[in-house]
Amino acid sequence: MNTFKALVEWLKQAITEKEQFHLSYAAEASEFVRFNHAKVRQAGQVQQASLNLKLINDGRHADLAITLAGTPELDRQRLADGLQQLRETLPLLPHDPYLLLNHDAWHSHNEQAQPLPDLALVLEDISQATDGVDLVGIYAAGPISRGFASSDGAFGWHQANSFNFDFSLFHANGEAVKANYAGHTWDSAEFARRLEQARNQLEFLGRPLHTLAPGQYRAYLAPAALEEIISIITWGGFSAQAIASKGSSLQKLYAGEQHLSPLVTVNEHVSGSLSQAFSSEGYPRGDVTLINAGKAEGQLVNSRSAAEYGLSTNGASSDESPSALQMAAGSLAEADILKQLGTGLYISNLWYLNYSDLPAARLTGMTRFATFWVEDGEIKAPVSTMRFDDSVYSLLGSQLEALTAERELLLSASTYGQRNTASNLLPGALVKRLTLTL
Amino acid sequence: MFEHHATLKRHFSALRTTADFFSLRYVRESGQYLSVRKNVAEPPHLSNDEGAMLTVRLDGVEAYAATNDISLAGLQAALERAEQQARQIKPHALLDVRDQHVSSDIADYLSPDLDQAFPSLSDCYHLLGDESAAVPKDERLVSWDVSLGLTHVEQIYLNTAGAELRQAQRFVFPGVNVTAFDGNDSQTRTLGGSNFGQQGGFEVINRFGLVGAAPRIADEALQLLLAPNTPQGPRDLLLMPDQMILQIHESIGHPLELDRILGDERNYAGTSFVKASDFGHLQYGSKLLNVTFDPNIPEQLASYSHDDDGTAASKQFLIREGLLIKPLGGALSQFRSGMSGVANSRASSWNRAPIDRMANLNIEAGDKSLAQLIGGIENGILMSTNRSWSIDDARNKFQFGCEWGQLIENGELKGVVKNPNYRAISAQFWRKLSAVGDASTTKVLGTPNCGKGEPNQVIRVGHASPACVFSNIDVFGGDA
Repeated sequence: MNTFKALVEWLKQAITEKEQFHLSYAAEASEFVRFNHAKVRQAGQVQQASLNLKLINDGRHADLAITLAGTPELDRQRLADGLQQLRETLPLLPHDPYLLLNHDAWHSHNEQAQPLPDLALVLEDISQATDGVDLVGIYAAGPISRGFASSDGAFGWHQANSFNFDFSLFHANGEAVKANYAGHTWDSAEFARRLEQARNQLEFLGRPLHTLAPGQYRAYLAPAALEEIISIITWGGFSAQAIASKGSSLQKLYAGEQHLSPLVTVNEHVSGSLSQAFSSEGYPRGDVTLINAGKAEGQLVNSRSAAEYGLSTNGASSDESPSALQMAAGSLAEADILKQLGTGLYISNLWYLNYSDLPAARLTGMTRFATFWVEDGEIKAPVSTMRFDDSVYSLLGSQLEALTAERELLLSASTYGQRNTASNLLPGALVKRLTLTL
Repeated sequence: MFEHHATLKRHFSALRTTADFFSLRYVRESGQYLSVRKNVAEPPHLSNDEGAMLTVRLDGVEAYAATNDISLAGLQAALERAEQQARQIKPHALLDVRDQHVSSDIADYLSPDLDQAFPSLSDCYHLLGDESAAVPKDERLVSWDVSLGLTHVEQIYLNTAGAELRQAQRFVFPGVNVTAFDGNDSQTRTLGGSNFGQQGGFEVINRFGLVGAAPRIADEALQLLLAPNTPQGPRDLLLMPDQMILQIHESIGHPLELDRILGDERNYAGTSFVKASDFGHLQYGSKLLNVTFDPNIPEQLASYSHDDDGTAASKQFLIREGLLIKPLGGALSQFRSGMSGVANSRASSWNRAPIDRMANLNIEAGDKSLAQLIGGIENGILMSTNRSWSIDDARNKFQFGCEWGQLIENGELKGVVKNPNYRAISAQFWRKLSAVGDASTTKVLGTPNCGKGEPNQVIRVGHASPACVFSNIDVFGGDA
């Protein structure tokens, strides 16, 4: 935090009276270990830190991302060079009619300093638990820091140590089960329990494949499968700009022309989540109810959309996507899932979803990892990879029979550019009809 | 250009290690993304990034450390972290790479026209603003955006075998999109964006045809609003180059990546329906299918002299007359599998390690003009501009959707249809390739957004393709 604070202090004295700034900070020191065939395929460490400087002057503004060097003098020099680059850029720009600044001097601080797991112990635990098992995946661990400061005195800091072991176990026949162990404290016994759970599922995957014809089937979507559907909806689905510009897949829900099942309530629940409680635009992030009992309610609104569409911002990110989404639990007990499914598909994961018809919220995607055919409440056989094509208004609307009482906290394993801190808290969903097409 | 070269070389020589071999890959990237949305200039997003990756080999084990601190002390610390990592993973390592050949090449590679200045930021905004203003006034046109991305990348690779490889590249990504809405349905038409990018200077924008494109794109979005849905059923399918690139990417490129075939990506990007034993034997497509890895087309996004592990790149046929010959596997995958491959070991930046990636993956031109392609179809559909892509983790069962469809009846183009989708299975689809367009139908395109790897990496890939016809494909529309 001191590195960031020092840069903020320098910047405060460097700007002129007419200038304002937003300065955000992101850093991580990450250990990445890839596994294939339960051995280490590739390993390394990444140390990175960057700033995003927004300079504002007389209604004009521009953003510059700057990678820091990690040494105070050079970092200050890069920030000074960046400030100069933006000073030269602003006069070339027109006034921005959608610039909406937050002048509040808010403060936010969240720091978690659990000791990180020792890599030698982790490698030993993985090695022991995977004897005779084909494991593939990635272990990522290390501290993550995020900061924000403005010339108006706002200051936010978020720092957490975490690990995320995202893996799958493969049967010799090519079928696989996916699992994950993530958190702050590595517990060897808990890891062994999770691996054993996945190992047990592998036994079912060894049975001869059940071949399904395209058609309509009852199906249970485990939380990780439902997450894939929720994730593609969040590609602009709740975004105020996407809704206004007809790029949201939920545009008919927000127009009141469609509705989901009354069982469906969805919130962006930042408080207490793993994500920072402030946006990169300098607004504290609030909790927002997005869908209430099947009907559209709030949208994710960043400051730009607030200015353009006359809405109130709720500290949404620049792309107005959620990062701490929760779906309300239902009443289906875990022990009753197979019984209530009866005959149909138990789907652990879905994969590679996209839209067949975006305004109609019609999706397509694949089953992947541990999908089973269930008859009379008993798992009979794994099912070969199948494609589905169905509407959100069907899957989470007219055809939604139940949501599970227990929810699963799914921590993002995404590492594009940097380790992601997003999470989803989701139940499983039992649907009366899922359309398989290929 | 290469202003840090001398310092880096000096630091590299001063680094101390017990490793048998090590390399340094320095990357500096600056970016500028400009857009004008509905005639309002969005604030520019600029970026300056630099860092280095040190990779060591110690007793046959390879490990890396990437650092944002490129001072001598910073590089030395990273080198020591990499050494420590190599020692720590040794008892658990999958590979022993002590006998894997390393590069000692010395070369420079520059994008075309790199010495020509690019228009100033304000000139770029004027260009985008003029194009945005050219979108006609029509209350059904609810959203539009004209954008321009510009990225400069410098990379310097040094290793203890004497390799010294420098690359300086400039990438240009123009785009236009317009969305029309009639109170019920919305339709978007796009030019460029994630379907287009080239190396070069301002001439890329001219080749792309940005100036004057917006009114046509807007008109096409309005035409789609009025168009009927794509009819369902089997038809001959004429794919234009801006959909062919997605088709090549998903159902030839990814399944031929050797690291997928070796199982590295099974937890994330997936596996492949292609087996190592298929090379030299599998009839992947019809006799008309010729697929090349070609790093020699100067303007294409992934043209380079050497990949990020230092292997020299050259044009190679991966599929010739439909027969599968060679995988997309870099030096390490070749070493692991004993198969020959190509120079496609690539990293997204200094903070990610090279893995097998697509680079320029192209379909060689055939002998039919566009008129001949259309003229040869009795009952078909033309599809253009990808908007949706979904494929299984073995890259076999796919469903793709386009923005623009036009029916073809008795050898003639007919009416526009909306929501054109098609689905098929890769292993069968390419064998249905029944006609390949000539050079006049070929376009050099690509995407900046290919995702893969653990940790995740997004990378630029190039695809050049003629228009192609596939027989008897399952085609369908949307709900609206």
